[in-house]
Amino acid sequence: MTEAQHERAPGDRPSREMDASAPSEFLVYTIGLFVAVLLTATSFWTANTMLLWPGGVFLGLAVLAIAQMGIHLVFFLHISSGPESTNNVLALAFGALVVFVVIAGTMWIVADMNTNMTMPSSAPMSMGMQH
Amino acid sequence: MNIAVAIDQIPQEALPSASEAGPAPKRIVVAYGFWIFLLSDIIMFAALFASYAVLVRSTAGGPTGAQLFNQTTVAIETVCLLFSSYTCGLMSLAVNSRRYFRTYLGALITFALGAIFLGLEIREFLSMIAIGAAPQRSAFLSAFFTLVGCHGLHVTLGLVWLTVMMVQVAVFGFAARVQHRLLCFSLFWHALDIVWVGVLTVVYLMGVSS
Repeated sequence: MTEAQHERAPGDRPSREMDASAPSEFLVYTIGLFVAVLLTATSFWTANTMLLWPGGVFLGLAVLAIAQMGIHLVFFLHISSGPESTNNVLALAFGALVVFVVIAGTMWIVADMNTNMTMPSSAPMSMGMQH
Repeated sequence: MNIAVAIDQIPQEALPSASEAGPAPKRIVVAYGFWIFLLSDIIMFAALFASYAVLVRSTAGGPTGAQLFNQTTVAIETVCLLFSSYTCGLMSLAVNSRRYFRTYLGALITFALGAIFLGLEIREFLSMIAIGAAPQRSAFLSAFFTLVGCHGLHVTLGLVWLTVMMVQVAVFGFAARVQHRLLCFSLFWHALDIVWVGVLTVVYLMGVSS
C-alpha cells in the first residue's frame, strides 16, 4: 500500500515501518491521558482557589480548556503537522474558524443589543422627543 | 518532520503523485467523511454553547448554576469520560492488531465508564428537576438542559453504537468494513470527550467560580 503514504485517515497513527523512531502507540495514549488528567485537575483547582485574581479565573479556565482540547487532538486523534494529514488539518482549521465565528459573533452581537436595550429610561424618551 | 526531507527520502518512481495514484484507499475516504461529519457536529455544539453563554445570566429569579452544580459529581463524570476515551484508544490498538480478547475488554470498560457517566448525568438532571429547576423554569435552565442533554444524547448513541459494533465483531470478525466502522466510532468517542471539556469548563467550572 505505497499510495497510502500520501494521506492518512484521521485517527490513524503512522505505521512503525514508516517511522521507526515513533514512540509506541500505547505510550502515546498514556502520555495523553496523563497530561489530560493534569490539566483537568488544574482546571478544578483554578475554579475553586482563592489565590487567583477572580477576573483572571475565566481566562485561565479558557486557556486550560483549549490546551486540553489540543492534547486530545494530538494524543488521542493523532492530528499531526505531517504532509500526510494535511486534509484533516485543513478541515479541522475550517471547523475551528466556523466555531469561533459562531460563538464570538453571537456573544458580540447579543451583548451589543443588550447594551442598546438597557439604556437609562430617560434616554429613549429624549431621543423620541427630538423627532 | 521537514517536508522537503520527507520527499527526498522517498524514491520518486515508487510513489506516484496523488492524482496519478487514483482514489485514496477506502479507509481514508470513510474516515475523512466521518471527520467532516464530526466537525459539523461540533459546529452544532458551538451554536448551543453560544446560546448558553448568552442566556447564562437570565435566571428569571430562579436558581443559578453556582447553587445547582455539584462539583464532586462533575469530577467523577469527567474522570469516567476521560478514562473511557483512553480505553477506547487502547481498543482501537487491539482492533488494528486483530486481537479479539483485548478488543472486547476495551469495549467493555469503555461501555461501563460511559454508562456510569450517563447514570450520573441522569441522576443530576432528575435531582435538579425534583427541586423545581426544570428546563421550563428559566432561559438559563433551558439552555443548560439543551446543551448538556445534547451531549448526553450523543453519549447514549455512542453506547448503542459500541454495542452494535461488538456484535459485528463477533459475527463478521475483523473484516475491513468492520474496522472502518470501529475507526469511525473511536473518532466519535474522542470528539465527545473534546466537547465535554468545553461543557465542563463553560458550564460547570465557570458556573461555580462566578
